[in-house]
Amino acid sequence: MQNYFQPELECASYEEMKKLQSEKLVQQVKNVYDNVEYYRNLMDEKGVRPDDIRSVDDLYKLPFLTKADLRDAYPFGLLGTDLKNCVRIHSTSGTTGKRVVAFYTQKDIDLWDDCCARAIIAAGGSEEDICQVAYGYGLFTGGFGLNGGSQKVGCLTLPMSSGNTERQIQFMQDLHSTIICCTPSYAAYIGETLKEMGLTPDDLDLKAGIFGAEPWTEEMRRDIEKSLGIKAYDIFGLTETTGPGVAFECSEQTGMHVNEDHFIPEIIDPETEEVLPVGEKGELVFTSLDKEGFPLLRYRTRDICVLSREKCSCGRTLIKMAKPMGRSDDMLIIRGVNVFPSQIETVLLNEGYSPYYMIEVDRKNNVDTLDVFVELNPEQFTDTVKGVSSKEKELALAITQMLGIRPSVHLVAPKSIARSEGKAVRVVDKRKLHD
Amino acid sequence: MSVKQISVFIENKTGKLAEVTRYMADNNVNMKALSVADTHDFGILRIICEDHTSAVNVLKDGGYVIAETEVLAVEIPDRPGSLAEILETLVKADIAVEYTYAFLSVKNIGHAYMIFRVDDNALASATLVEAGFNVAEKTSLF
Repeated sequence: MQNYFQPELECASYEEMKKLQSEKLVQQVKNVYDNVEYYRNLMDEKGVRPDDIRSVDDLYKLPFLTKADLRDAYPFGLLGTDLKNCVRIHSTSGTTGKRVVAFYTQKDIDLWDDCCARAIIAAGGSEEDICQVAYGYGLFTGGFGLNGGSQKVGCLTLPMSSGNTERQIQFMQDLHSTIICCTPSYAAYIGETLKEMGLTPDDLDLKAGIFGAEPWTEEMRRDIEKSLGIKAYDIFGLTETTGPGVAFECSEQTGMHVNEDHFIPEIIDPETEEVLPVGEKGELVFTSLDKEGFPLLRYRTRDICVLSREKCSCGRTLIKMAKPMGRSDDMLIIRGVNVFPSQIETVLLNEGYSPYYMIEVDRKNNVDTLDVFVELNPEQFTDTVKGVSSKEKELALAITQMLGIRPSVHLVAPKSIARSEGKAVRVVDKRKLHD
Repeated sequence: MSVKQISVFIENKTGKLAEVTRYMADNNVNMKALSVADTHDFGILRIICEDHTSAVNVLKDGGYVIAETEVLAVEIPDRPGSLAEILETLVKADIAVEYTYAFLSVKNIGHAYMIFRVDDNALASATLVEAGFNVAEKTSLF
């Protein structure tokens, strides 16, 4: 039997959905044009008037927003309403330049909670369930997002945040948690810890897990399902649009239903910016239809993805997106944190190193590792091991402060990292993230 | 009362030590003492050369990262306990030893030396001389 949180929306006909999206889009474009000077200028430059947008069929006329726009407009330039109407912010983890701060009104949070509630119910959740939220709480959207959805469904909600894994397992045992929400790598780690503690999935009451915020494979899904004795569901979102719950997986596990009554997805050719038909691979673009605080229109996610309108056995008609298959930029997602190689380059220059470096990302025991190879600055070299090691530690600390995650820094001989006249290969990602 | 040491940064990869020693050989650098400190990622090759200045120039020309340090060469009597006595003398004066390695003098046959890296060469040297040890000058070594 299928349950839905909002069946009239989740199972709406294509025509109904298109009508709803069109009404909302027309209104949202007017709101944004009136209230967001930054976007008004983009529309004026492109010669698009709010009146030109009469339905979703006109969406293609609107200008795109990119991460660069978010940086230029930081922090208040894309605010869609008075700050006094906003009740919260969330932010991506970058500490300079690339940071995104998103604003939420109470309505934004209510609708976000609805989106996460849909995901929890699609994973078999109900008010009978005990939902343990082991995503980080704070500026990161994961903890608060799933927390809100869980309460909306009526689950007993355990706001654990991440970390302290043995305590997580104790709560699972003592409170009989039935649903776990966290990053897939943390779920895998909980599974390993369970085993180390001499316990098996039979000692727990977990039945489902909702995992997102980083790329993971089908193989990892099977491992997690086995180690925790659950069915594992994917959830997708980004701070720029709202957070987790932009799209979610149902029992069919063949892609994630996009909450398209709130977020219209498009696929474009990242080079020509031309909209591609459903079913073709390209860059995912989102338009927020209801967001008041941070109403982004046609935001280019840089995720490479495919959409599908095929009928789903769960009964939902919401369009589906595949797991993102890569990026159209050089962003890496490491331990759930967005990392741009250029951020590391900035630290190196600030700290007096040459801008030549190599980043190696791997996944060991389901935890991402980040190794940064940097050329030693000859002036910093001394005759003692601790002299060089302390330079590595200082640099690791500076990078940690920039990225929010700790790398392992390795100083190498000057001029030993390849110089390239063309596009330098600075990143080796050894993880197999895409099937 | 000290001798000049050259430290060379080498990556901890197969062949790197062979590469730098071959390079020095081809450029006629004669080493008199050597030690290698190694970590997972890198090693520090520490050497004392007969012609320090020319060795420094050769290594710099070869693009190697080097550091020059003054270290002490202390003659070590050939009997059990002599190293312990040297170290105890330094400990008593609150002088920490960063690292140490052995050195056999060719010029002064039958005499062995230990190289000591300490923070304050003058203080360590005076302390050891006072305790009756022989702190060598470069000229007496080679």
